[in-house]
Amino acid sequence: MKKRSMETSLAAQSPKLIRSVERRLFLRQGLSLGALAMLSGCNLTDDESVQRVLEGMSRWNDRAQAWIFSPAKLAPEFPESAITKPFPFNAFYTEDEITVVDGKSYQLELAGLIRDKKPWTLPELYALPQASQITRHICVEGWSAIGKWSGVRFSTFLERIGADTTAKYIGFDCADDYSTSIDMATALHPQTLLTFRFADEILPPKYGFPMKLRIPTKLGFKNPKHIVAMTVTNEYPGGYWEDQGYNWFSGS
Amino acid sequence: MMEPSQTQWVRIHPLVVRITHWINALAILVMVTSGWRIYNASPLFPFRIPNELTLGGWLAGALQWHFAAMWLLVLNGLVYVTYGIASGHFRRKLFPLTPRAVLRDLREALRGKLAHEDLSIYNAAQRAAYLAILFCLVVLVFTGLVIWKPVQFHAIGRFMGDYEGARFLHFGAMALMVLIVLVHIAMVILVPRTFPTMITGRARRAS
Repeated sequence: MKKRSMETSLAAQSPKLIRSVERRLFLRQGLSLGALAMLSGCNLTDDESVQRVLEGMSRWNDRAQAWIFSPAKLAPEFPESAITKPFPFNAFYTEDEITVVDGKSYQLELAGLIRDKKPWTLPELYALPQASQITRHICVEGWSAIGKWSGVRFSTFLERIGADTTAKYIGFDCADDYSTSIDMATALHPQTLLTFRFADEILPPKYGFPMKLRIPTKLGFKNPKHIVAMTVTNEYPGGYWEDQGYNWFSGS
Repeated sequence: MMEPSQTQWVRIHPLVVRITHWINALAILVMVTSGWRIYNASPLFPFRIPNELTLGGWLAGALQWHFAAMWLLVLNGLVYVTYGIASGHFRRKLFPLTPRAVLRDLREALRGKLAHEDLSIYNAAQRAAYLAILFCLVVLVFTGLVIWKPVQFHAIGRFMGDYEGARFLHFGAMALMVLIVLVHIAMVILVPRTFPTMITGRARRAS
């Protein structure tokens, strides 16, 4: 808003003045780039034009990662002895603020490009064919931990509900007000599991009861917990961290 | 070419080398300072980098910088390496190189006796340092690829202890590179006439 009003007032001035102001702006930007090392990174990153370039590069990186992603390449799997104990708790809130979902009344809501949008109860989900994996969970912060998750292959579930697998995105809403979204190619990857168990026990609340979408080909924050609704769509759904600047694709 | 003052100007740094040098300097500055912020989100060692020295403001900002500048670093590096090999620049300037010569020149440099009369010829200590920076950058790019895509680039990762091994190697290569760059900058300060030479490409040679 501020910028627009500045432009309007400038337009009323002579072209010569505009040119000189532009030159000054250009100089200032050149200087700020030159003073990169001395400026605090925060100020530079907050600069509007710098932010636009960085976001543009992040969208470019989404495309590059989708191109690099191989639907057939599997994440390494580990023996039980490699499992990290205790497995770290991680969320955008602390451990005493964990959302506890009531399993009896729980229903998974479906929306968007799905043929059968009937909500699913936990007993119905538990009755689906189950698979297990022991894989490395990698956090965007850098640390990693190995865990064992069990549940239904997400591609099997998408087939059961008649999801349009030519759609671009699947968005997830969670009971803890978290949200995220993934690309269809990753959703259909054979190791992408809709999991209900961690280390052979029903998922405890801290690991995402009643379900966590486990995607070993994506960073941890792309693995939503406490999922209550999912939407198959062609419109970019964004997500809690993605909307704040974390790269959307974030593939491994 | 002869100037009235009886000094001779010789071109010692080709244009491609000068341009790629400065783009590389900028890319490395951005990669290292944003990388330090990323390191701080989950430090490998019991220390953090002071935030004032880092770029990005917070983890997401640092990641944006890091994954934007990586393209600049790699594309510029490819131009430089292709030119260096194809034109014979590497062969002429960086070789031959023997461990004995490196040790001798390092000893002389420490005693302050290493001469820099002819800027067009790198002494053995310089050759070793520039090759070591190149080596560090290659290690940084490959370990970086494994950290960025441990599943897609698993074939590379298995030679470096996968994701966790790559994190340590990435840090180690960064530390070694930063050390050599600091020595490089110190040497430029000690022999200031090398600085304009990397901009204009020309050096004065007494005739």
